[in-house]
Amino acid sequence: MCLGVPGKVVSINEDIAEVDFGGVRRDVSLLLCTGVMEGDYVLVHVGFAIQRLEKEDAMETLQLLEEFIRG
Amino acid sequence: MNQCNRINTVGNVDSMLMGISRLTDRTFRFMEVCGTHTVSIFRSGIKSLLPKEIELVSGPGCPVCVTPVAEIDRAISMAALKDVTLLTFGDLMRVPGTSSSLSKERAMGKDIRVITSPLDALEAAAREPERKVVFFGVGFETTSPAIAASVKEARVRGISNFYLLSSQRLIPPAMKILLSSKDAKIDGFILPGHVSVIIGKEPYSFISDEFSLMGVITGFEALDILEGIYMLLCQNKEGRSEIEVQYKRAVKEEGNPLALEIMKEVFKTVSARWRGMGMIPGSGMALREEFKEMDAAEIFDISCEDKPDAPGCLCGEILQGIKTPKECSLFGTRCTPQDPVGPCMVSSEGSCAAFYKYGG
Amino acid sequence: MMEKNILLAHGAGGRLSHDIVTELFLPFLKNEILSPLDDSAVLTVEKTRLALTTDSYVVKPLFFPGGDIGRLSICGTINDLAMVGAKPLGISAAFILEEGFSVEALEKILSSTKNAAMEADVMVVTGDTKVVERGAVEGLFITTSGVGIIPEGVDVKSSHATPGDVIIINGPIGDHEIGILLARGEFSLKGQIKSDCAPLGKLVQKMLKACPTIHAMRDPTRGGIGTVLWEIANASDVGIMVDEEEIMIHEEVRGVCDLLGFDPYYLANEGKLVAFVPREDAERVLGIMRADPLGRDSAIIGKVVDQNRRKVLLKTHIGGHRLLEPLSSVQFPRIC
Repeated sequence: MCLGVPGKVVSINEDIAEVDFGGVRRDVSLLLCTGVMEGDYVLVHVGFAIQRLEKEDAMETLQLLEEFIRG
Repeated sequence: MNQCNRINTVGNVDSMLMGISRLTDRTFRFMEVCGTHTVSIFRSGIKSLLPKEIELVSGPGCPVCVTPVAEIDRAISMAALKDVTLLTFGDLMRVPGTSSSLSKERAMGKDIRVITSPLDALEAAAREPERKVVFFGVGFETTSPAIAASVKEARVRGISNFYLLSSQRLIPPAMKILLSSKDAKIDGFILPGHVSVIIGKEPYSFISDEFSLMGVITGFEALDILEGIYMLLCQNKEGRSEIEVQYKRAVKEEGNPLALEIMKEVFKTVSARWRGMGMIPGSGMALREEFKEMDAAEIFDISCEDKPDAPGCLCGEILQGIKTPKECSLFGTRCTPQDPVGPCMVSSEGSCAAFYKYGG
Repeated sequence: MMEKNILLAHGAGGRLSHDIVTELFLPFLKNEILSPLDDSAVLTVEKTRLALTTDSYVVKPLFFPGGDIGRLSICGTINDLAMVGAKPLGISAAFILEEGFSVEALEKILSSTKNAAMEADVMVVTGDTKVVERGAVEGLFITTSGVGIIPEGVDVKSSHATPGDVIIINGPIGDHEIGILLARGEFSLKGQIKSDCAPLGKLVQKMLKACPTIHAMRDPTRGGIGTVLWEIANASDVGIMVDEEEIMIHEEVRGVCDLLGFDPYYLANEGKLVAFVPREDAERVLGIMRADPLGRDSAIIGKVVDQNRRKVLLKTHIGGHRLLEPLSSVQFPRIC
């Protein structure tokens, strides 16, 4: 339950990342998420990154869809 | 912008709908557990595109819907105390208590503010040391780790005027109660994508193991939800009842272990009352002893009388699919969207609210 | 049913605002001119139709990207006159100032007011100034009224939408409300979106010159296009169908809506209008709008139909449908 929005990490300062959401930016806490680097996509809920989004997984969803459409 | 969430082309949607149609060989009743799914389904108009044999039912994963009147009343009482600033998420501002709501109390001059992160509450406490800053924390497993991290941060920063009034809940216990009646007519679950980011797949295993039902952990874009429904239908066709992950780009099978660890460090599970469903053991979160000094329920002497739901409220059975809104004696009389009793009417897209607005 | 006390939601422009007017104010003040509750009142003096409108401006912060309270106070009133097809004759401006208010800030606001009036080809012809003790208002409130003349042959009313009409908007939605939210620094968000605050009078005059028989127009301020379309559907007793794909929303506005859980159809705009144009004139009016700086992104977003009367059906981006109901209250940010 919950609004989780993907955004791109623009910069990191200790455990706070500045994250970009289509041009809007917010400071996001990284206390719940390790290994985040600049350029990564993170899923943000109530001002916290709750997951690092793997680009490969994002692509996998799209691939599944394409196979489905073809098949 | 971001491939992650711009996959909803009409072409993809049409293909998915064809697939769904092909596999719809009888009526199905799927429950989307999560209030955020309910809103996505509503805003994307998915129901108008699905075969009519597929019924989507809104579940109890909605803090607006399930927070009992007594807890709203308690928050209101707390905001009335001297020097208290009450901060909460916007979701709760309009939920009716016995005779008022947080939004109405704010209109009357109480210091009640809307925030979008528990860290905002921390900042408010740091900026205004003369105030007693009470964060009315609601949410499920998605939100509790963030609240836990904020509680720890308060200690690290030595912020002594920050308090938590916890109204947090856990989803799997509520789902177990929903399934406990053998008459419950739920064929499968569209499982909450973001709760699952935290808890992973394992906590839902009872759905398939004990009840032989299917569940798909689903994302929130329209295409995600359609794919989730498609995957449920595939399971049905193949005679499987499993827990699967559709929302692979965000959900790992093990969840987010760090978030879970922090949540467990700060919170213990307790019994909690859910509007329309009664007391559910192990379904709430409260601060552990070590964090007592921040526990608003302990520090401020406000009782939370356990007020049972209005007699006659059938939300529990409506959620299970055993009864319909029409069969509830309160429907349309004592219980209306303007003056709701149970969660099915509080949620603007709950079964009863939807029935009230759109008819059968 | 009225509350015992006034809530902020009563000023939000949605259902509660509608209720406070119809259940509290109208019983005392109703008359055939006021009761239609259009953006401007129409008074007939011999053969001339005068439009009269008034609005108060209480925006915070006073200065925001895209404008300030002075600019807003002129644009808002000019736009209300324009929505009934009136050419503005003059504006009045009453200022309520808080003791201690900065003169430098006031000069900036007066300069904006002057510039907005010039842009709109109108003069501030009368005014008033009051000063109240510190704390009685936050800085400054402005009330403006406007008077205009409705040309012969023009009859623009919320109740005139007709099946077959094409609905045109002059650009993207949500910029004003999100611009203000960002300017307030609320919810820890940073962005570049500016208020779309602009005087639409000259654009409307061009539209009416090309098509004097435009049926209805409204500017979707508080409550957004969701509320305004519903109001027109109900005033005209027609059905409305709109297409989500045709309604433009800036990426940043969408980003804020995603983050806060807002429904963009209920966001306030201050430089937008929706026009209900007879089908045969639609392309021509669209062309005229797109040639104007305030209409570059104009688009046909829907049409008026005979079915589903008093309802607004939105065709969603996946080809489904949802009902657009009026905003019932303030939109609070959600986490769920």
